[in-house]
Amino acid sequence: MILIRKTLFYVLLILSALVLFFPILYAVSASFMSPAEIFGGKVLPSSFSFDAFKEVMQSIPLLHFILVSFWMSFSIMIGQLIVCSLAAYAFVFIPFKGRNMIFYLFLSTMLIPWEATIIPNYLTILHLDWVNTIQGLVSPHIALPFGIFLLRTQFLTIPKELWESAKMDGCSRIRFYWSFALPLSKSSLSALGIYGFLKAWNEYLWPLLVTNDNSLRPVQIGLKMLISQENSTAWNQVMAAVVIILLPTLLLLFIGIKYIRKGLTAGALKG
Amino acid sequence: MEIERDTNHSIIYSKKARKKEERKLLGIGLIYLLPALILLIVFLFYPILKTVYFSFFVVKGGGTTEGFVGFQHYKDLIMSPEFRKSMAATFLFIIYTVPAEIIISLFLAMIASEKLKGIGFFRTIFSSTLAVSVAAGASIFLFFFDPSVGILNHFLGLIGLSGVEWLTSPTWALVSVALTTVWMHIGINFILLLGGLQNVSEELYESAKIDGAGYFQRLFKITLPMLSPTLFFVLIIGMISSFQTFGQIDILTGGGPANSTNLIVYSIYKEAFAYNNYGFASAQAIVLFLIILIVTGLQFRIGEKKVHYQ
Repeated sequence: MILIRKTLFYVLLILSALVLFFPILYAVSASFMSPAEIFGGKVLPSSFSFDAFKEVMQSIPLLHFILVSFWMSFSIMIGQLIVCSLAAYAFVFIPFKGRNMIFYLFLSTMLIPWEATIIPNYLTILHLDWVNTIQGLVSPHIALPFGIFLLRTQFLTIPKELWESAKMDGCSRIRFYWSFALPLSKSSLSALGIYGFLKAWNEYLWPLLVTNDNSLRPVQIGLKMLISQENSTAWNQVMAAVVIILLPTLLLLFIGIKYIRKGLTAGALKG
Repeated sequence: MEIERDTNHSIIYSKKARKKEERKLLGIGLIYLLPALILLIVFLFYPILKTVYFSFFVVKGGGTTEGFVGFQHYKDLIMSPEFRKSMAATFLFIIYTVPAEIIISLFLAMIASEKLKGIGFFRTIFSSTLAVSVAAGASIFLFFFDPSVGILNHFLGLIGLSGVEWLTSPTWALVSVALTTVWMHIGINFILLLGGLQNVSEELYESAKIDGAGYFQRLFKITLPMLSPTLFFVLIIGMISSFQTFGQIDILTGGGPANSTNLIVYSIYKEAFAYNNYGFASAQAIVLFLIILIVTGLQFRIGEKKVHYQ
């Protein structure tokens, strides 16, 4: 009975995994195919040819786009970790008057969809002359309310007595932040870091608005360019680009899944 | 939010000294909050107010306002057949995506919460679409939907069915975009629902088993009621992210054919950045804002009251 039950679950798990992962597997498979094989509706390539990867590198500056995406996502991630942890620290460890009010102000930002603000935001970047600059791509994404709430929840678990005794020993607030609060919150910081990097890497609408030449174009917009110029003939090249773009985030997910699950679940339960 | 005791309770302050201390704390607190506060004001609070302001004016490219028009943009919106079509498509899109993605993710979360060997592998696979960018995901599906080499029509042909005009027929295009979106939303929903399922206490199941409850009885009597806060949360964020759909549209259909996939964010984008009609686009952005406000408001009202059982 238990064996039948186990087998049933394994069958369901394997079938579901195959269906759900099929688009990614097929993209990988198609990136190794020749145009003729794609046209023939093959599911697997006859040989592993890296031609599509070489060709796509020639038709668009894909490596350059990837470096831009890394630079942008890394800057956003670091910025979020610093800004959100400082704000969360103030909410938990600095008992100033009016902090509840400011906290509710921060909470209210969850009611504002980012897409509803793109027109003035675009104009701000335009007037600052930040089009095609890294600060134009990065700065609107740094203050992440979700990140502040996540870290606030984590900081609340640090016993107040720790701060009391550190203070007795002459520890300043900023040193307590750096030497106690942050090191004690490694897993929440990892969750936020991974989540922030993934979101930034995958961002589409904002880079589309604030970049208009190749100099600082993130890879997602590069992919859109490739699709419009290829006229839907060179699918093996498009899939090769997709595979290259997916690789960093999938790897990050596989490595950091534990932290992401913990972080997102905590955020959901509190928020 | 908890109320904090004065940390220096052993020292008795005079009133003046306490005032001074309070001001000092406020100063320190604000220094820590300043970066976040400035960024939120510049990139969220100011722009939403500015959008409201723009929605009452004729605004030229570059952001110069050219005359107050009152509620004219909003009146035009209500009368505009194009905008009505966009709203109808947006709501239809919510109906296509949200229930489907919740049911599929719930199923996956349930089979992945069994304690089996190698379950971690399956959990990672089921979470994987969280890492798929909208551009990459939409590109794969654009390939799937391709009329000449797309694998979907190829499979349909193998079982003797005629091909579907996935992206070129006005009735199918929205379904195709929805299919892509459901796939991309599964990762995050799965993670949240699995987390919710693992929070349901083991003891409840054990006592139900002793009482002789079967799998489906346990599912409907214990799992789903206990999971309701998470389900509700997933419902809300699913609705919000479907309202915010943009990248899939831009890559798959460009709002067409015949505006059948011109969802609200895409409509705002086109109105503002293709037609330079900032005022009219701002009025649409405010409609989006109000819808999200209502949906999130529902979460706070119902979410707090009805769905919590603890």
